[in-house]
Amino acid sequence: MSDIQEFQSKDIVADPTQEALNVLSERFGSQVSPDDRKNYTGLVVDRDALTDVARIVRDELGYDYLSSATAVDYLGYEDGDYLEMVYHCYRTTGGAPLVLKSRTPRDVATLPSVVSIWPGADFQEREAYDLYGIYFNGHPNMKRILLWEGFEGHPMRKDWREAYYEEEHKPFGSRWPAGHVTRAEEFNPFGRNVKYPEGFTMDQAYDVSEVDHYEGLNLGVQIEGGIQTDRLVVNLGPHHPSTHGVFRMVVTLNGETVETLEPVMGYLHRNHEKIGERNTWGMNMPFTDRLDYISSMSNNLGYALAVEELMAKSDVKGFSQPTERAELIRVLMVELTRYVSHTWSIGFLLNDMGAFFTPALYGIWERELILDFFEATAGSRMMCNYMRFGGVAYDIPARLRAQAILENDVIRDFDTMDFLRELIFERMPRFVDEYHKLLTSNEIVISRAQGVGILPPELAIAYSTSGPVLRGSGIPYDVRRAQPYSIYPELEFDIPVGRNGDVYDRYLVRLEEMRQSVRILQQVYPRLKETAGMPVFGLDAYAPRISEGGEAYGRVENPKGELGYYIIGRQGKEYDQNPWRYHVRAPSFINLTALEEMCKGHKVADIVVILGSIDIVLGEVDR
Amino acid sequence: MSNHQSFDLHELHDPEIPIPEGLEGSIAATSLSRIYNWSRARSTWPLLFGLACCAIEMIATASSRYDMSRFGMEVMRASPRQADLLIVSGTVTKKMVVPIVRIYNQMPEPKYVLAMGACASGGGPFKEGYNVVSGIDKYIPVDVYVPGCPPTPQALIYGFMALHKKMEGQQLFQRNSTPWYSRGPVDEIPIPILGPDIIDPRQASLLRQEVERQAQGVAMTEAQAEAGD
Ligand code: SF4
Repeated sequence: MSDIQEFQSKDIVADPTQEALNVLSERFGSQVSPDDRKNYTGLVVDRDALTDVARIVRDELGYDYLSSATAVDYLGYEDGDYLEMVYHCYRTTGGAPLVLKSRTPRDVATLPSVVSIWPGADFQEREAYDLYGIYFNGHPNMKRILLWEGFEGHPMRKDWREAYYEEEHKPFGSRWPAGHVTRAEEFNPFGRNVKYPEGFTMDQAYDVSEVDHYEGLNLGVQIEGGIQTDRLVVNLGPHHPSTHGVFRMVVTLNGETVETLEPVMGYLHRNHEKIGERNTWGMNMPFTDRLDYISSMSNNLGYALAVEELMAKSDVKGFSQPTERAELIRVLMVELTRYVSHTWSIGFLLNDMGAFFTPALYGIWERELILDFFEATAGSRMMCNYMRFGGVAYDIPARLRAQAILENDVIRDFDTMDFLRELIFERMPRFVDEYHKLLTSNEIVISRAQGVGILPPELAIAYSTSGPVLRGSGIPYDVRRAQPYSIYPELEFDIPVGRNGDVYDRYLVRLEEMRQSVRILQQVYPRLKETAGMPVFGLDAYAPRISEGGEAYGRVENPKGELGYYIIGRQGKEYDQNPWRYHVRAPSFINLTALEEMCKGHKVADIVVILGSIDIVLGEVDR
Repeated sequence: MSNHQSFDLHELHDPEIPIPEGLEGSIAATSLSRIYNWSRARSTWPLLFGLACCAIEMIATASSRYDMSRFGMEVMRASPRQADLLIVSGTVTKKMVVPIVRIYNQMPEPKYVLAMGACASGGGPFKEGYNVVSGIDKYIPVDVYVPGCPPTPQALIYGFMALHKKMEGQQLFQRNSTPWYSRGPVDEIPIPILGPDIIDPRQASLLRQEVERQAQGVAMTEAQAEAGD
């Protein structure tokens, strides 16, 4: 467990780009060149050479982990009008990323697929196809993923406009400074959020959205050893109590055994990124709350880190790095969130095993106390919108009125630090032990979880899984150690890993992570007392203008896995308030790439348990 | 009345009917509608169906701190055929509205819909998104709207109480005001179609008008839009 710190010192190369360039330009000549735009990093690779370069990057340079793959539309840039695919590649031993970029013209947009090298690119390339219309040659399953087949256009392109389009960027002139409030429906001929191609009538309306899921499923009767068995299609979801939201799986069964499983998503696709690119920098903060809606605080942190990186690069006036107290509060919030998320996740895993709601209700009880603290500090139980670029919004309040501990129906009033002390030093550790005692050696948990949904370590890396799924498979990769941020280098904690990569190990990893979170919190608590009174936010940069442009990739270890934000600011006065590109690398989404692999060969009842052990949140899967 | 009594007979009693002095609280005389609605309102089974972030607060409402079972609502059914109440707890996307309309059609009458949160009520923070429906009431009728993003459990409970009030006001014999007490089956809601964008079959004539208008180059007025809706 403690090997990880050693990795950092010896394996981090000062400039991974230069090192890679030396190796690659020897073989590929001018097909690989450094990205020399201001505030950009990485290598631009000619698309013809992309797969070959990727293979060398993985096999010889050791970047075995593709964290994020996403597209950017450079429409209207000086050198622009192309689509660019950006790949963030990491080593699972830790360190800075190697960023590869490859470009394609917009009209006939094609790129080679890297799925054969990093299978974790599967869903991400499908997303780029869906939203940007880039066709990936060699992708095994090139079809839409978030929207439905038959949808008109590729909405993330800069020249695609939604039905309620008002202006390119916020703040919209109608709202500020003019201040007229209108309802978008009033301007739409249908009074709805719809737009149709010109001349469209009901005669052309047919629904092909379902066809694709059933194509090539190889149904019908199979004769095996004289016994006739039917291949059967089972549709789980989107309305199913065990899919943790509006997730859907199309499963083919042979008897009761899973043969193929196709995740179908997009039922909660809320166009986070399109809206995010119309928003100003600061407006996106509350939207990040709604990604993984159980861990809003840590979503905030990832976005704040990304924007802070860009602000630092571009020398934004008045911007200062967060103070020590701000960092402490951030870590406090984030670790409380991790604890909450894991209790919730373990509770609902048990739900999926058939222990209907009782274990989940246990977990919710501790959660309520923490939410009371969040509510007192940030003003909201769930959607905290608490972090700011350069700090946090407010300091912790001196007193707190918690309703969760009702005695004789009286709301009690606490000194916040006393409340936290009781929580961190008594209640939280006690509750983990209780969970452990009740569940870890429980016969049903063992028989439903051990040996189920095994994901071998090589595959866990190849599929770009992260968080407890990756660590459950035995890979000690945690962003807090691999590429530390905030004050994590000063804190002592271990990275728990599993041995077998099954559901049980993922459960154990989560349980141990809860203990480690408590350990971190116990280190943070005395320092919080020492730093009382220190400012938590430098007000100058509240609504930043980032004039120089550039890119930044901020990532944090969220309870569900690695949450990354890839943001691009465009240079120029009219663009400095808004992100040009705002992409979320959602851990739940990418972890699902490995779902089929884990489920194959298991019984249909195991699917929900395996899904529960990945711990998805649909707000983040579909965004 | 002591706190320990499980319910108060006054709730059941029809105030129009006089009770002899000294017997209040011990007997109740009531009308069929009143006792029917009273029992309906106290055993409203919601559908076990979460959509988005609001669903988390719905689960919190069901948990011990807020405790929905105080209202006879803890029996959340996973099948629409056994549910009385559809809590639309989150953002309704165009892709998701198709199953939601199906679920609604499958629910037996009497059935109620509660739009929980800003998204279900009117689109919420994601309203401008290309895949977001501006409120579930564009497709199915809503009985109670609960504001908030997400509404706190207290707010949701307040919504339940509003719903109960509504239920208690519905008369068995007023066939015109309550669709399911009229004769014959209630029409199903047509299932939306996922074409180039979502299509509500009820807007078919509006679509045609719009094409004609495009051909003539005349802009649509608001009044016409409403007429077609
Ligand atoms: S109203 Fe707010 S909390 Fe509820 S689903 Fe919409 S965004 Fe989420």
